[in-house]
Amino acid sequence: MPQIGSFTLLLALALAVYSFGAGALALYRKDDRLGETARRAGIACWAAVTIAAFALVLAAFGNDFSVAYILHHSNRDLPIAYKFAALWSGQEGSLLLWAWLLSTYGLVMRLRYKVDPQLTAYASAIVAAVQVFFLLLVNFAAHPFGLVAGTIPPDGNGLNPLLQYPEMVIHPPMLYLGYVGVTAPFAFALGALIMKYPGEKWIHITRRWTMVAWLFLTCGIFLGAHWAYAVLGWGGYWGWDPVENASILPWLTMTAFLHSVIMQEKRGMMKMWNMWLIFTTFLLAIFGTFLTRSGVVSSVHAFAQSGIGIWFVWFLAIAFATCVFFFVRNRETLKSEHRLDSLVSRESSFLFNNLVLLVSCFAVLWGTLFPVLSEWVTGSKVTVGPPFFNRVNVPIGLFLVFLTGVGPLLAWRQTSLDSLRRNFLWPTVLGLATAVALIASGLRPWQDSAYFYSLMAISLSVFVFATIVGEFWRGGRVIARQQHINIFSGMVQITRRNTRRYGGYLVHFGVILIVIGFAGLPFNLDKEQEMGFGDKMQIGSYTLVCQSYTQDDKPNYGSEWAVLDVYKHGKKIDTMFPERRFYKASEQTSTIVANRSRPNEDLYLVYTGKNPDTGKPIIKAHVNPLVMWIWIGVFVVGIGTVLALIPNWKPPKVRAAEKEREDADAAALKRGAVEVGGD
Amino acid sequence: MGFMGADVDARFNKLGHQLMCMCGCNQVLLECNHVGCAYSERMRGELTASLERGDNDSLALQSFVQKYGNTVLSAPTSSGFNVIAWIMPFAVFAAASVLTVWLVRLWKSRPVAQPVASPNLGSEQLDKLRKKARQETEF
Repeated sequence: MPQIGSFTLLLALALAVYSFGAGALALYRKDDRLGETARRAGIACWAAVTIAAFALVLAAFGNDFSVAYILHHSNRDLPIAYKFAALWSGQEGSLLLWAWLLSTYGLVMRLRYKVDPQLTAYASAIVAAVQVFFLLLVNFAAHPFGLVAGTIPPDGNGLNPLLQYPEMVIHPPMLYLGYVGVTAPFAFALGALIMKYPGEKWIHITRRWTMVAWLFLTCGIFLGAHWAYAVLGWGGYWGWDPVENASILPWLTMTAFLHSVIMQEKRGMMKMWNMWLIFTTFLLAIFGTFLTRSGVVSSVHAFAQSGIGIWFVWFLAIAFATCVFFFVRNRETLKSEHRLDSLVSRESSFLFNNLVLLVSCFAVLWGTLFPVLSEWVTGSKVTVGPPFFNRVNVPIGLFLVFLTGVGPLLAWRQTSLDSLRRNFLWPTVLGLATAVALIASGLRPWQDSAYFYSLMAISLSVFVFATIVGEFWRGGRVIARQQHINIFSGMVQITRRNTRRYGGYLVHFGVILIVIGFAGLPFNLDKEQEMGFGDKMQIGSYTLVCQSYTQDDKPNYGSEWAVLDVYKHGKKIDTMFPERRFYKASEQTSTIVANRSRPNEDLYLVYTGKNPDTGKPIIKAHVNPLVMWIWIGVFVVGIGTVLALIPNWKPPKVRAAEKEREDADAAALKRGAVEVGGD
Repeated sequence: MGFMGADVDARFNKLGHQLMCMCGCNQVLLECNHVGCAYSERMRGELTASLERGDNDSLALQSFVQKYGNTVLSAPTSSGFNVIAWIMPFAVFAAASVLTVWLVRLWKSRPVAQPVASPNLGSEQLDKLRKKARQETEF
C-alpha cells in the first residue's frame, strides 16, 4: 500500500503540473486541443489522488504499522469508523485529504465545463496551480506514506481520544470542504479577471460555488462547536482558540461577499470590492491553514509544529502577488456602472453589512495575531483570550443583527419615510416590548454588560424575526390575492418563485435562532461536587442524586461512570451517565459528557475524576440556558442555504411568455442576419 | 459569614475568568477541565488563598502575573503597548464607517444619466427597461 500511495501521489503531482502548464499554454495560444488534454489531465489527477487516499485508509484498516503515519494515529482495537478518521487526524493525512477534496472540486468543475468552456478553462488552470502546491506538500514536506525505520512495533500509538467521537468523523471533512471549496470561486473570479470576462455570468457561477463552500464551512464550524461542547467537557462551545478563529475568518468574508454580490448582480456596483472579497477569502483560508500548522500561535487544536509553515508563506505571497498583478492590469473591466441614490437604501445597507462583517473579521484576526505582534514589539508575550474577543465582537455582532433586520426592508435606490414607518413600526414595537418584558421578568441589564448584551440580543432577534415574518406575509398575501389561494399557500409559492430571496430570509431566521442561543450564556450555572452513593447536588431547579458509580473494560478503552438520578421540583425526570474513559493505546483520558438538552436549558454533567482519598467520583454540573437553539439555528441556516441554491420555479404562464419572447428574439436575430448577409 | 462566602465566590468566579490555566491547554483557568491537570488545581487554590487573605482584585491578579508572567492574564491589560489591542478594532470600525459614509456621498454625487430619447419609446426599448427594472427589484 505505501508504495502504491507514494507512486500515485507523484503521478498526481505530474498530472497537476501538466494540467496547469498545458492549460495556461492552451489559453495563451488559443489551442482547444491542448486545452482538452489539460482538462483530462486534471480529471486523471483526481483518480490518482483518490487512489493515494484509499491507500492510506486501507493501510489504517489493515493495521499496516510500517507506515509511520498509521503507527502514530491508529491502533489495532480502534473501531473501523475512527480508523477511517485517522486519515485527517494528523498533519500528513489531513493535507492528503485537502489535496483529495481540491481534486474533487476540480473534477466537478472540469466535468461541468460546458457551463462556460472558456471561463472554466481559466478556472481549471488556476485550480491546477493550487493542486500543484498541495501535492508538492504531500510529496516532499509532509509525506503520509513515510516508512518506520527499524523494527515495526506490533501495535500503533492510537488515535487522540478527543477525536474518538462520532462527530469527528464528519466535522473535519465538512470544515475542509468549506476551506477547500473557497478555491473554486477564487479560481472563477481570478479567471474572469484575467480573461476580462464580458458580462456578469461569471458572478452567477462564482456565487453558487461560494454558497456551497459557505454551507460546508458553516456546518463544519458548528459541528466543531458541538463537538467541543459534547467532548471537551468545559461546558462551552466556542473558546476563541486561534484555530477556531482561523475557521471563522474566511467565513466572515464569504458572508460579506454573498451579500455584496447582490449589488453587482442587481446594480452593477462593487465589482472591484467583490473581486477582492473573493481573493481575501481564499487567502484567509490558506492563512488559516498556515496558522494551524506552522506553530506561529499556540492552540490545543494545532497540529504538531513542523517546518511546512514556510511553504504556506511562499504560497500566500505568490497568490497575493498574482491577484494584485492581474487586478492592476485589468481593473478597467471592473468599473461600476451605477450611482447611489440615497443613504437610506438597500445599497447602503449592504455597504454597512460588509463594513461590519469585515471589521469583525479584522477584530478576530487582530486578536489572534496580537500575541505575536506584542512579542515582536515589546519582547513580552500576552494572551488574547475569550474576554477580549467577547468584549470586541459582541457589540459588532449585535449591530450586524440589527442590520439583518433593517436591510431587507429598505428599498433599492431610495426608501421613503412613509415606507420606513410602514415597514418598521411593528418590528420595532415587538422588539421594544420584548425588552420591557425581559426587564419586567427580572433581567437587570444595568447590573452587568453581559446582561445588557443578552437583552439586546433577544430584543433584536425578535425585531429581525418580525421583519422576516412581515416579508413572507406581504409576499404571500400578493400571491394569495392574485390566485385566490390561502395566504400560507401564497407564502410557499412566493418562496418557490424566488428561492434565493426567501432562502436568504430563512438563513437570517436561522442566524437569529443562533443569536438567541448565545444570549443564554450570561445565565449559565455550574457547580462541582464529590458524589458518593446517595449524595445530592442542587443546581438551579435540579437535584442530582448519585445512585451508583461503576467501571467497565473494552478492547480500546476502560471507563468509569456515575449513575445519577435527576429530580426537578421533587419529581424524578431522568437518569444520566457521565463517563470518563482511559484509552489504552495512547494512555490518555477523555470525558464523555452526559447532556440532557431541552429548548429552555441543558443539564450538562461531566465526570471529572475520582477523589484519590475517598474513591468517590467528582461531578461537575452545568445548567446552560438556550443552547439547543444554536443547533436548531444551524439546521435552519442549512435548509435556507439549500433552498437558495434551488432554481426558481416559474408559473406556466411566465414560462410560456418567456419562451415566446425568446422565439421572437431568435427570429429577429435570424432576420437581422439575413439582412446583414443580404447587404 | 454567608454573605462573605457569596462575595468571595463571585470574585473567585470573576477573577478565575480573567486568568488562563498555564498547563498549555490555552483555556481560561476556571474552564480547564483536564483530568489530573498539574496547574489548574494549584492555581485555583492560590486564587482562593489570595481572596481569603483579603487581597483586592488588582493585587490578586498582580501576584499571578509576578509568578507566571503576563500570559497568565486572559486578555491584554489596558496600559502600555497593550492598549493598542483594545483600541485598534474600534478605530478601524470608526474609520471604516467614515469611509463608507464618504463613499455613499461620493456615489450619490455622480452625475445622473439623463434620458435623451423621445418620450415615445419603442417596444424594444420598453422591453429592455422592463427587464432592467425586473432585475433590480427581484431581490
